[in-house]
Amino acid sequence: MAKKMLHSLTLNGEEVEVASAPDATLLETLREDLRVLSSKRGCNQGVCGACTVIIDGKPVRSCLTLTARCEGRDVRTVEGLSDDRILNALQKHMVEAGGVQCGFCTGGMLMSARNLLAEVPRPSRDAVKSALSGNICRCTGYRTIVDAVCGAAEELAQ
Amino acid sequence: MSLDQPKTNFTGGAVGQSVPKVDSLEKVQGRAEYIADLYRPGMLHGAILASPYPHARIRGYDLTEALAAPGVVAIITGDDVGEGRMGAFIKDEHAIAKGKVLYVGEPVAAVAARTEQEARAACRLIRVDYEELPAILSPEEGLEEGAAILHEMLADYIKVFDAGSEGNLCSRTELSEGNVEGAWAGCDVIVEGEYTTQPQAHVSMEPCGALAEVDANGRVTLWSANQSVFRVQANVCESLSLPMSKLRSLTPRVGAGFGNKMEPHIQPITVALAIKAKRPVKLILTREEDFEMVRARHPFKVRMKTGAKKDGTLVARHCEVLVDCGAFADDSPGVMGYALLMCGGPYRIPHMKAEGRLVYTNKLRFGAFRGFGNPQVLFAGEQQIDQIAERIGMDPFAIRRKNMVREGDRWFVGPEIASNGLAGCLDAVEQAANLPRADGSARNFGLAVTAHISGLLGTGAIVKMLEDGTISLNTGATDIGQGSDTVLAQICAEELKLPFDQVAVASPDTDGSPYNWGTTASRVTYTTGRAVKAAAKKVVDQAMEQAAEMLDCDVDDMELREGGRIGKVGSNSDVTFAQISGRAHWAVGGPLVGSETLVFDQPTHDPKRAIALGLPFPRIGVFSFAALGVDVDIDEVSGQVSVREAWSAADVGRAINPKLVEVQLHGGFVQGLGYSLYEEMVWDGPRLANPSLMDYKVPTMRDVPDAIHTYIIEDPDPTGPFGAKGAGEIGLNAAPGALANAVAQATGFRHHHLPLTGERVLNGMLAAEKT
Repeated sequence: MAKKMLHSLTLNGEEVEVASAPDATLLETLREDLRVLSSKRGCNQGVCGACTVIIDGKPVRSCLTLTARCEGRDVRTVEGLSDDRILNALQKHMVEAGGVQCGFCTGGMLMSARNLLAEVPRPSRDAVKSALSGNICRCTGYRTIVDAVCGAAEELAQ
Repeated sequence: MSLDQPKTNFTGGAVGQSVPKVDSLEKVQGRAEYIADLYRPGMLHGAILASPYPHARIRGYDLTEALAAPGVVAIITGDDVGEGRMGAFIKDEHAIAKGKVLYVGEPVAAVAARTEQEARAACRLIRVDYEELPAILSPEEGLEEGAAILHEMLADYIKVFDAGSEGNLCSRTELSEGNVEGAWAGCDVIVEGEYTTQPQAHVSMEPCGALAEVDANGRVTLWSANQSVFRVQANVCESLSLPMSKLRSLTPRVGAGFGNKMEPHIQPITVALAIKAKRPVKLILTREEDFEMVRARHPFKVRMKTGAKKDGTLVARHCEVLVDCGAFADDSPGVMGYALLMCGGPYRIPHMKAEGRLVYTNKLRFGAFRGFGNPQVLFAGEQQIDQIAERIGMDPFAIRRKNMVREGDRWFVGPEIASNGLAGCLDAVEQAANLPRADGSARNFGLAVTAHISGLLGTGAIVKMLEDGTISLNTGATDIGQGSDTVLAQICAEELKLPFDQVAVASPDTDGSPYNWGTTASRVTYTTGRAVKAAAKKVVDQAMEQAAEMLDCDVDDMELREGGRIGKVGSNSDVTFAQISGRAHWAVGGPLVGSETLVFDQPTHDPKRAIALGLPFPRIGVFSFAALGVDVDIDEVSGQVSVREAWSAADVGRAINPKLVEVQLHGGFVQGLGYSLYEEMVWDGPRLANPSLMDYKVPTMRDVPDAIHTYIIEDPDPTGPFGAKGAGEIGLNAAPGALANAVAQATGFRHHHLPLTGERVLNGMLAAEKT
């Protein structure tokens, strides 16, 4: 087994140092070493989106990202955005619109949605569906999630 | 804004209000704990070695290298488990392969090591000596004379019903009413055909997993992703020959189930590993393992014949199914029996015959999946209703209205129909779908109707009034994300006339919760809801007696008031739940606890009207109804079908939480859309060719229409809690039938094979042009 290396990165606003193998993914590091658990292993193949985190402001699949490549970068998860105005609005609308069922996809879904609203304040329903089409939800049928994202956008624009 | 408190700006009765789910906040904050998120001191990680062969005898194991690998603490194989076997209907399954392997992907050995990587690496060092046997890859092969036999000991297995097992025939069921053979002569129109449906993967976003630890006395605590802590307990104890009192089964939050987590997955293996390692062990499947190792929706071969009079009156139907069981019986006998029970659809058909054979094959077990056999037979049945309507020039709505079952009728074989809102469902869909498209073009419309049960098996509830007058509710029902914790709390709050947020819901625990068969069969709202309402009523009764003593009145003069108060009728004086409960806890009468258990006991079979052989469910009932309309577009170049608009109306008796019913209808339809149009598990010989989300497509946000309209119809069931019936499966059932009918309308071609892929639809269009 390859020797572990020490990496430092900013996680949810705090500097952290973590020893990880050269082939360790950010998802493994977050979950097994740092116990930041909102990012989920749904497929470990970059398809389902449940592991989505925000790195330097962009949504990224943490299961496809090597920890070694996160040296010095800014990593955010749902836990670390509790004061984020956009995320708060999304959370509120997800709860009220019924966009949360089993919840396993929710963390990743929120990360993708937060990025969308940061870039496009008033997206159309089609734009929401395009932006979130890489996040699979097997429970809701998606309608209530689209409702929540559009509802949050509307509230934020006021 | 603050997210600290759930939105509870309502008081009093909670039934009928779309309160947000009680687990929503923790989920949007990333704080909900699923099985993979649990860690215990000293915990090891498990991994599984899967069989590379579909059918082989295990001659021996060489664990030398694996045991010497870094981090390895324990390895188990079939040699470590006794002779115990588990199974819901036929006890045919060991905790792990023992003596033989029966499908590619079957667990053969498991390793506990310091890390998951070390455990997986060690699995690759295990040597298993196999003697290959001929593989049975279809039910037809399994029934051939001289076919290799999967379960040589089948005759000796414990069975909970008259299965008629023989050779590779796992079970057979035959149901009949009237005289089908004699009825055809009196029919003006007869349609018949053979249909096939494909295996579908559940793809709960959370893969299966478990965590087990053993205490100093040898008692096991087991957390797992499940749909029933009690079925987990039963399966682990049966397969490992443990007394049930030696195993406590718990649940964290569950990342959906759809049937996949109802019966065992890797809980028995995880427990065996923890016992051997003498340390806690967590085992989480990869997505690929979840596809290959657990279970899937049954592929069906359906032969169906339906006859009617020229005025549209249905006369007779004969349905034969041949069902691929996979390697173990699991829920298969139930799925087949239920499919046969439902194969007539929600219609009055005086002459009915339904026969099925379920055959073991060397594939992963097929089992429960939302719909439970109903979608497969409806794919055939609802197309035949449309074909009859076409032949006699009748409207699809009219023929369904003419023949639908009514309140007071009996369902095929015998269950009572005490409520029926199907007419309202048809009205809602017809009114909406009759409106033209926004662009004025003609609709490619398809309709299908369905019914589904909600009453089945045992359940219970314990309602405790805490010292301050607030409430703790414990039912043992696992909330898999659909919202049963919320709905049951609403029922409890309504009965107690308390604000909903004063009811806390306990997490299921076999030590502390009353028995609950499971979160399955659309049964929790109805069956468990009944127990909750009755248990809460007992607490109210006890509180009334206390209040009468406190106010020095007759108990018959007491009334329950909003917000946790009991007073004298016609008087302003009252006492609060806090005062009552304080008195009960500290002075007189003892703490207030109401408990109720029940088992659904209405018989399935009425021997006076029907003959039933090999019926797996002796007591089943309480029907929800639904109608589904779809409007599709078909790409003329690729044949690809896309849904433009859908109308889903369901009679759920009473919507305890309308938003949660709507989401069930949305989610069920979209899962049915994937099933109908493209989802398919494909076998390349004995091996599943597409066990990954890259190769197995499920609907994404871009694949579903925005316009999925839902209509809640409320025809209360007299026995349901506040009239409620089930809503979990009915939104999926009709999807294949409705979509096939829409495609037939658009292309003039009737499809007999699911899924309705672009290739199939295009070939159908070309075939229709030639004729």
